[in-house]
Amino acid sequence: MLDDFFTRAMVAGVGLALTAGPLGCFVVWRRMAYFGDTMAHSALLGVALAFLFQINLMAGVFIVATLASVALLFLQRRGALSTDALLGILSHSTLALGLVMVAFMSWIRIDLMGFLFGDILAVSRFDIAMIYGGGALVLGVLAWLWRPLLAATVNTEIAEAEGLRPERARFVFMLLMAAVIAIAMKIVGILLITSLLIIPAAAGRRFAATPEGMAIAASLAGVLAVVGGLSASLSFDTPSGPSIVVVALVLFLLSLVRLPEGRGTGETGETS
Amino acid sequence: MLQSTAGSAGPLVEMKNAGVRRSGRWLVRGVDLTVRRGEIVTLIGPNGSGKSTTVKTAIGVIAPDEGTVRREPALKVGYVPQKVSVDWTLPLSVERLMRLTGPLTRGKMDEALQAAGIAHLAGAEVQTLSGGEFQRALLARALVREPDLLVLDEPVQGVDFSGEIALYQLIREIRDRTGCGILLISHDLHVVMAETDTVICLNGHVCCRGTPENVLKSPEYVRLFGARAGDTLAIYHHHHDHTHLPDGRVRLTDGTVAEHCEEHHAHDHAGGAKEERDAG
Repeated sequence: MLDDFFTRAMVAGVGLALTAGPLGCFVVWRRMAYFGDTMAHSALLGVALAFLFQINLMAGVFIVATLASVALLFLQRRGALSTDALLGILSHSTLALGLVMVAFMSWIRIDLMGFLFGDILAVSRFDIAMIYGGGALVLGVLAWLWRPLLAATVNTEIAEAEGLRPERARFVFMLLMAAVIAIAMKIVGILLITSLLIIPAAAGRRFAATPEGMAIAASLAGVLAVVGGLSASLSFDTPSGPSIVVVALVLFLLSLVRLPEGRGTGETGETS
Repeated sequence: MLQSTAGSAGPLVEMKNAGVRRSGRWLVRGVDLTVRRGEIVTLIGPNGSGKSTTVKTAIGVIAPDEGTVRREPALKVGYVPQKVSVDWTLPLSVERLMRLTGPLTRGKMDEALQAAGIAHLAGAEVQTLSGGEFQRALLARALVREPDLLVLDEPVQGVDFSGEIALYQLIREIRDRTGCGILLISHDLHVVMAETDTVICLNGHVCCRGTPENVLKSPEYVRLFGARAGDTLAIYHHHHDHTHLPDGRVRLTDGTVAEHCEEHHAHDHAGGAKEERDAG
């Protein structure tokens, strides 16, 4: 069954969407979209270093994305610049560093477009094993971490005062982000990874009454986006990553449409 | 079990000469503070006087840069911070908020929501609550853990006057019923004073301390809040002999339930207080 490249891409994409949904909810709740983007952009530097030191690509991306987030935490503690500016600096400089390094490595041919925007042709059986193995690990750790992470998302001080160690939860969460970025790179590409985290979660908000419900809704929306996007990619010969994101966007827009008598969640205001 | 019984004789929290320094400036310094079981300790002081920093240090959210903080082993803290804002993208009902830091039985949750007077809001999303309702939800969440130490950072902010009296009344009931220690930050002196065992007046350091009556008379307090403070701020000594139930009936101190409070009332605020709260 996995002989067909399209089937492999579909299986891999569904596995990725299932993993990205719950994680993406936290990205939305904690307002970490730009943070996720920065980690994803650093992935290209990871790719370049992986080629240079001849290690596994996913491992290289995971390590560099983790280092980028640790660097950000460190710079935040120094407090010299606002988080916003720091993210801007890290995000684009790691991407530029990666591009420059790749350009220097003339002895290997690198499909840059594939890394930036995803390449369904490149998904191997090994990748599928990594996506499902890694994805199961990520979801398992997230389930274990759920209560402290959610408490810290609502209020760090409550979590700290009541003994849930929010700092540790935050650090492990960043490792999980790095892992998802590493396994998502081939499917949607570096530049679009965060959209696979954020858009399905945003689309699921409307249909969820609990945090857990929203995580499940996000996973389902992600699966729909992957199936629809990859099918469209095959029919119209469009790049796989952008096609998936466009379908996710359509799902999000549909979720905003009000049912005739339904009073949507968009009205519930920002009071707290 | 043995440990907690043995520990209950000593203070829940004991701060000695504690200080916190940030960016080369002492936010607060030289704080001595003790909270025991069944005791209500209230911190007062002007804005930026280090009240929140002091309670955060007491419960271990902030580590002190000088001095010591000793907490009873395995101390269970219930915390209501000064400001909680929940992103509206997070679907969080009051019930789910109650289970935020630990699992909970249905019965305990209902009991705590009942005590906080928001049983009818159990299913509501927290973003739709008014300021007073949200404070009550946070209080219910903190007290349902049955904490040894309840820490409340300006619990009556955004609550109208009648709601404020009701909230303080609730806090006292919690203390009476569970025997926990309560560490409270107040931006005013006059309402909470009557229920407080010790008032500590902060202004970067401990400015004065004592029973409410003593603090009100002390020259440091008068200097900090102005000479007229002692005149204008009356101690709100009052005693409720009945509680208003959500359905409009009245529960008296002996536990019986009556339709009205007419024959029993010490002071009449029944109609006004309830209507205002319902409107808000």
